[in-house]
Amino acid sequence: MDQHINIKVKVWRQAGPKAQGHFETYELKNVFQGASFLEMIDILNEQLISEKKDPIAFDHDCREGICGMCSLYVNGHPHGPDQAITTCQLHMRKFHDGETITIEPWRSRAFPVIKDLMVDRGAYDKIMQAGGFVSVNTGGVPDANSIAIPKPVADEAMDAASCIGCGACAAACKNGSAMLFVSAKVSQLALLPQGKVEAARRAKAMVAKMDELGFGNCTNTGACAAECPKSVSLANIARLNREFICAKFQD
Amino acid sequence: MWLFNSSIGRKFVMSITGMALVLFLLFHASMNFVLILSESGYNWICEMLGANWYALVGTMGLAALVLIHFCYALWLTFQNRAARGTSRYEETAKVWGVDWNSKNMLALGFVVLGFLCLHLYNFWFKMQFAELTGLHTGAFDPQNGAAYVKYLFSGVVTADNFDSSMLTMPSWSHPVYCALYLVWLAAIWFHLTHGIWSALHTMGFNNLIWFNRIKVISCVFASLIVLLFAAVPVYYLAVFCGIHC
Repeated sequence: MDQHINIKVKVWRQAGPKAQGHFETYELKNVFQGASFLEMIDILNEQLISEKKDPIAFDHDCREGICGMCSLYVNGHPHGPDQAITTCQLHMRKFHDGETITIEPWRSRAFPVIKDLMVDRGAYDKIMQAGGFVSVNTGGVPDANSIAIPKPVADEAMDAASCIGCGACAAACKNGSAMLFVSAKVSQLALLPQGKVEAARRAKAMVAKMDELGFGNCTNTGACAAECPKSVSLANIARLNREFICAKFQD
Repeated sequence: MWLFNSSIGRKFVMSITGMALVLFLLFHASMNFVLILSESGYNWICEMLGANWYALVGTMGLAALVLIHFCYALWLTFQNRAARGTSRYEETAKVWGVDWNSKNMLALGFVVLGFLCLHLYNFWFKMQFAELTGLHTGAFDPQNGAAYVKYLFSGVVTADNFDSSMLTMPSWSHPVYCALYLVWLAAIWFHLTHGIWSALHTMGFNNLIWFNRIKVISCVFASLIVLLFAAVPVYYLAVFCGIHC
């Protein structure tokens, strides 16, 4: 049964991108375990505002696990200790009375901290702009059934497309590598006939942008897939490698 | 050049050199195992691979592979540490499904390299190098590998002609050498169980169906290589114990 618990929250506070950050610990009493993790931070922020203190800045939007905005590193795990969920889907029943919960921002060279727990994930958008699309002329839309796609292929493309671009992969990776994200975005298109046409150009452009933005080199530890809130598979990384290496050999 | 300036290209170089070294290890392990089956067969291999031109070319190739693999490892690790940013996580947790060896490949590589130096002194220096330069580096004829390995690991001397003034190893050192080589092999096993599947993955040979199969194949392959290698010190440790215990 969900109960009311007393907790301590150890939060990373950083006034701005250039400021020196530090941890601060806050006490929070009577938190209902049925509350979501972000609701707990809302309660904490109300407490801080009532004490005339600066509230904690953190990213959030849909609060139903589909937008990819929430991004907290909770007790050593991106999106908290639960499996295959985003931070907004995490509930306080995962924590017990008297616990100290450590909350940090994503720490990666390519994701600089903006304020407190908020980081700039514009790097992922730049990778998408480099090639994560299909170039088509607008106009008459062909019938969806005119191109037959086998169900297993469609399923795999759909699973790759479940990536919400939250950045947990690069945050969890000991090498700060964005390979799981890039491979999911390359795979969701490369698997389908509409995306195959530009597959080689896309793989090269997105990998080049990824390297340029300062992400690390993948060493296949698998931490990204284990921490991914959408359980995107490591097999996508092999596909990206294959696409990229084949494209380079064709040049 | 994409093998230098793209992350996948650099990883591709690591994979290719790593897989070439794995094939060499299989070749080396198979030859070592011959010693247990037939000493004369082993000495025939020593003679065939002594200081002939093809053995020297092969040795140079191996040295180049190790050097490239090592330099790229340092380069990649340096870049990866930099990509992590300047601030570290306060709290890190164990992630389910992430193997210990996959996160410590560089450290394991250093252990392997350290023992490799000992190994090169023990064998390459006293066999190929000795044959090449004609230097008197050990008690036995450089091509009598069987007698030398037997002496190193068990202290038993069976050669017809040898320089007894060079047989200076105290008897306790023979099992110590066996143990050192077994520790080395354990490090190699950890390095290979991640290395082989990771190399295949980086080269693009993987998908959802083959994911677990490739991991199992790599583990079996790594274990086979290590067991073939380990057979020799274990066999001579047993011989040593038979005499002294």
